[in-house]
Amino acid sequence: MASNEKFNFAQSVAEALADSQLRANFRFATDTLIQRRGTVFASPEETNFLRDVGSSMKKDVLANLPDLLERFEAKCIKNGIVVHWAETAKDANEIILSILNEKSAKKVVKGKSMASEEIHLNAYLEEHDKEVVETDFGEFIIQLCNEPPSHIIVPAVHKNRKQIAEVLAEHVEGMEYTEDVDIMLENVRNTLREHFKTADAGISGVNFGIVETGSLCLVENEGNGRMCTTVPPLHIALMGIEKLIENVEDIPAIYRLLCGSATGQRITTYFNMISGPRKKDERDGPKEVHLVLLDNGRSRIMNDPQLGDVLKCIRCGTCLNHCPVFTRIGGHAYGSTYPGPIGEILVPQLEGLNPKGAIATASSLCDACSEACPVRIPIPEIIRRMRDESYGHGDPNSVAGYGYKKNCVESMVWRGWKWSQTSPFMNKVMLKGLALFGKWIPVVGPLKSWMSVRSKPTFGKNSLKDLVKKEGVRHE
Amino acid sequence: MSSSAESRERILSRLYNAQQYGRDAYVPQKKVWTIRNRPKEKNITEFMERMGAVRTEVYRTKGTEWVAELQKLVEERGQKTLLHAPSTPTGKVLAEKWKKKSPCKLVTWKDSIEEFKDDLFACDGAVTGCIGGIAESAAVILWPTEEEPRLMSIVPPLHVVVVEADKIYTSFQDAIKKLKWNTSMPTNALLISGPSKTADIELILQFGVHGPTDLVVFITE
Repeated sequence: MASNEKFNFAQSVAEALADSQLRANFRFATDTLIQRRGTVFASPEETNFLRDVGSSMKKDVLANLPDLLERFEAKCIKNGIVVHWAETAKDANEIILSILNEKSAKKVVKGKSMASEEIHLNAYLEEHDKEVVETDFGEFIIQLCNEPPSHIIVPAVHKNRKQIAEVLAEHVEGMEYTEDVDIMLENVRNTLREHFKTADAGISGVNFGIVETGSLCLVENEGNGRMCTTVPPLHIALMGIEKLIENVEDIPAIYRLLCGSATGQRITTYFNMISGPRKKDERDGPKEVHLVLLDNGRSRIMNDPQLGDVLKCIRCGTCLNHCPVFTRIGGHAYGSTYPGPIGEILVPQLEGLNPKGAIATASSLCDACSEACPVRIPIPEIIRRMRDESYGHGDPNSVAGYGYKKNCVESMVWRGWKWSQTSPFMNKVMLKGLALFGKWIPVVGPLKSWMSVRSKPTFGKNSLKDLVKKEGVRHE
Repeated sequence: MSSSAESRERILSRLYNAQQYGRDAYVPQKKVWTIRNRPKEKNITEFMERMGAVRTEVYRTKGTEWVAELQKLVEERGQKTLLHAPSTPTGKVLAEKWKKKSPCKLVTWKDSIEEFKDDLFACDGAVTGCIGGIAESAAVILWPTEEEPRLMSIVPPLHVVVVEADKIYTSFQDAIKKLKWNTSMPTNALLISGPSKTADIELILQFGVHGPTDLVVFITE
């Protein structure tokens, strides 16, 4: 995916905005998802209480993360799960490849996992001669056209029915163009069933890891996750280290928050808790379960008390739906695994501010995301922090690419502005200066692009301050 | 590639370091989501209503009547085979009451999945018991066993679940408490709320993607 190519955010935004079909698809999808969320979270009081529960639960986990990880690891090992630790994306890919090689596994069926997108697992495995089949319906479609997901929850949402029909007709053997969704499903179901049956290994993500019992929880509607984790003889689960939940009794609240926020369901079709490989006498399930714990920059994020909040995220994608910018430009424009508001604060931290810091500019700071966030991540505050970090205001050690946007002219302009706002004399000089010479400000640089869609402001003879002094304030 | 053990040390040491902030930081007291338990009849009504809303067929039956109803249902739909586990209470009743001349034959799971895979994928349906239901979120709770393996409830296109009326809990929270979930977690525990579904094409809800296209629940008392 575009991560390693030259990333030009302004250009991808312009392209996305020019595609009216894409905009229509996203607008429809985000509106629908917001409305569905509303049906589950109808009562503001209850919803806010539940969000408090979720937020405090995840804060608690982060505050004790290393202890919990050690407990979780011990429990998993006791359950017979083989635990691996991966510091980087590269480590994780190599670990997974070596497990597959050890078992001479060629064909892998995969459940939807954002962590695997983050490390570009498919591309890596395919380079090493493995056959990887995405089995989530949406993921299956975008794998066919070699595209990354455009939404955390509904990965193929940028395509409408006709576009999907074309993709299927082109790639699925024996299938003709049809807009009948039932026929499309039937065909894909049969194709994928064959893959489930013959796969050597299944790879999945993990929604929650329960520390108390050493269980891996998978939340899904389609059943492909259950297939991937039960039919093949080998199951490899990939999980970010922050995805822990301490106790089983914490699950109902966080599970409801996830379903409600993601798809507007009270409960998904399947909630799948896996606590180990097939035991003696059991007749199905994988003979081996491997868990790869992925750091990939997360432990560094934990170092900063403000930035650490981003790790509360449960990947429900509701901030995407609520974001007016995402709705208009869609997921691909962000050029990142995680698009939308959560991407704006997570990706620059994972991949560095240069060039990914640019996506933090795609926000009007309207607060819609943080008002919907089920675990109350103060997203706009962290977006502003990303912007500050880009200009070298913040903590030089916390995010890579610190201060990459810093430039002389801009610093001088702001210093001048500060001076004019803190010294009464300079303030007067500025106001007088603008009143007299403002109309001659040259139309170049940012002012030029700003004026391409607006008219140039004219400065009044008297400043507001002068007018107030002269006329007083009328309280009406 | 750095070894997993080295990575582990480095990740944990960074996290323990970071805890200088974490431990001292203000962590609000954990709030808990509780739901008051309701009487049995209310639970059953809510269970039926909410399960029905996600296209699960729910029937309330007395004693072993469900077998006859099921037989009628599968014959109407032209099912040929029905997987069951005769060693479980549910499977035993089913085997005893099933009319031998029915066009739908009862089959049993033989050996392990490696040997049984082709037969399993060819089955039209499966009948399992379950250890309970949840009213508030509308789901049945399955803890698959040696007799009723995990794939019985996902591979065949029809899944029939028999749940005892007394074991329908008000909430997930209550089920976790009553079943002592934290100390007796099985290899695989499941909540199932309906037939398999997707909304990946234009967010239109479609049933029967990878798992069962139909879920039938019999409440027995």
